[in-house]
Amino acid sequence: MKKKFRAAGKTARSNFLTFGIVVAAYIIIMALQSGGMISSAMSGLMVPICAYIVMAVSLNLTVGIMGNLSLGHAGFMSVGAFVGVITAMSLQASIPSGPLRLALSMAVGGLCAGIVSLIVVIPVLRLQGDYLAIVTLAFGEIIKNIVNCLYVGLDKNGLHFTMKNAMALNLDAATGKKIMQGPMGAVGITKLSSLTAGFILIILSLIVVLNLINSRAGRAIMSLRDNRIAAESIGISPARYKIMAFVTSAVLAGMAGTLYAMNFSSILAKKFDFNTSILVLVFVVLGGMGNIRGSIIAAAVLTVLPEMLRQFADYRMLIYAIVLILVMLITNNPRTKQLLAKIRSPKSGKEETEHVL
Amino acid sequence: MFSKLVNVPSGAMIPDRDIDKSPILECINLGITFGGLKAVENFNLTIGRTEIAGLIGPNGAGKTTVFNLLTKVYQPTKGTILLDGTDTHGMNTIQVNRAGIARTFQNIRLFSNLSVEDNVKAGMDNAMKYNMWEGIFRLPRYHKEEKIAHDRALELLSIFDMQDLASAKSGSLPYGAQRRLEIVRALATNPSLLLLDEPAAGMNPSETAELMENIRKIRDTFQIAVLLIEHDMKLVMNICEGICVLNFGHVIAKGSPEEIQANPAVIEAYLGKKKEA
Repeated sequence: MKKKFRAAGKTARSNFLTFGIVVAAYIIIMALQSGGMISSAMSGLMVPICAYIVMAVSLNLTVGIMGNLSLGHAGFMSVGAFVGVITAMSLQASIPSGPLRLALSMAVGGLCAGIVSLIVVIPVLRLQGDYLAIVTLAFGEIIKNIVNCLYVGLDKNGLHFTMKNAMALNLDAATGKKIMQGPMGAVGITKLSSLTAGFILIILSLIVVLNLINSRAGRAIMSLRDNRIAAESIGISPARYKIMAFVTSAVLAGMAGTLYAMNFSSILAKKFDFNTSILVLVFVVLGGMGNIRGSIIAAAVLTVLPEMLRQFADYRMLIYAIVLILVMLITNNPRTKQLLAKIRSPKSGKEETEHVL
Repeated sequence: MFSKLVNVPSGAMIPDRDIDKSPILECINLGITFGGLKAVENFNLTIGRTEIAGLIGPNGAGKTTVFNLLTKVYQPTKGTILLDGTDTHGMNTIQVNRAGIARTFQNIRLFSNLSVEDNVKAGMDNAMKYNMWEGIFRLPRYHKEEKIAHDRALELLSIFDMQDLASAKSGSLPYGAQRRLEIVRALATNPSLLLLDEPAAGMNPSETAELMENIRKIRDTFQIAVLLIEHDMKLVMNICEGICVLNFGHVIAKGSPEEIQANPAVIEAYLGKKKEA
């Protein structure tokens, strides 16, 4: 058994470890929760942590693997969140089972985020670097502003949409139900998300992202990142693989959005603004570009950290920022890197540091 | 019929063994201007199917520009390129590669964060057929094709005795090995014409001698044509069957190594004109 594991190769072992960490964390948290050892504030954070992990993993596909800086990832989360909420509320009567409804909403939310990403992918194919970052930033703002003035209602005649006001929805007085009310966001959401749902979504996104990276598509995407001219010279089409990576990333972000939104009874469009995009980018950078396991750990730790620092009251966010700076400095210090590599493999310490992405 | 082919203002000769075959590459009056500057003009070249041809000339003569024209990094402003008898007009770099031209670069362009093996496998992307879903869900075709790709990558690497480096990161390889890896990666695309841009740059004499042998070996095993740009005259004169000399964008001489060495125009281009007393 051990021999087979060794023969499985470096990447396979690394992926196995990533899945292992996620499964172990899930089991431990479930055990602690059933023992009542987790505070209510902390258990309230569990679903957002899962959503942020999926966000970080999917953004890592765009930023770390494809090498395109995206500042509008929260836009896809927003699309997924509100489409998911609308789907879940519309299906409330026809599908009584909660988990099934959540799964369906996630699928629809992810699909819609994927469709929207097809529009954004056009500049992605033509722009690079800072210019692309600005376009994605603008995209995130556009989505936020559209959702911010969108009114959606449901009655016996089906769904109603308007951009004017709640009255313009023309809902049937008896059966009408407002789902989204412009700046007031989506209200009256039935909470369907759970830690288990989040765990399943994380595993799903890990399977998709890790297997995509370790297949011909991943090789092609990374070769385009490393040297576009050389990649074209060996017949790799940038358009095809960039669309593949970008849409996959957006679909996962949309599903994370649905998971996130279904954890609260009401949700605002403002929640998915520039700050959220940056927050997810911080997870990715801190965890290491192209390092999926790092993204998971960074997302979990940095979501829990503000909660742990609550005792410092007013200084909470200040300490959060200091911790962030310190972690960045320490993890990027060549000496710490060498030390970590030595701990990992005492013989080939120096060699290992060179191979860190 | 054969004589007609040779009479095309050809550069290199078509070797005897190709006598009944058409050339793999024909450039007819190829030219490109960069805003008034004629970088390459009236470039004519014919390369036989299994020929090793050389493209030489002083710095700035337009040799790499010719490579960029052949691989459509630049679109030629004039002239025709026939690859295996098909006009490549309107094709882009990717399509030209699929049609059979693979190249290396003067300044090495490897996928430096990928492993050596993955660099080679990236070259096989077009030969692989499994789609994204088969990759994600690890369906049978994924395993089958990845297995073939793995074996073939090691096989190609073994040409240069690099199979032991397969899992090393390509960016951390020594310079010479990076150059060799670029050739292997180009070979992985299954080309019928291999373009090598200064393959021996930065190599010591023994490495160059080894490279020479390997270029011959590649030609003999894969039965492909090789066109190489090189400043190392020993290498060029030793392995090229036909040579084309460029100066200021114009072809100044064509022929066998012996003919080129004796050609006064070539000597002038390299050494300058003898002062009249």
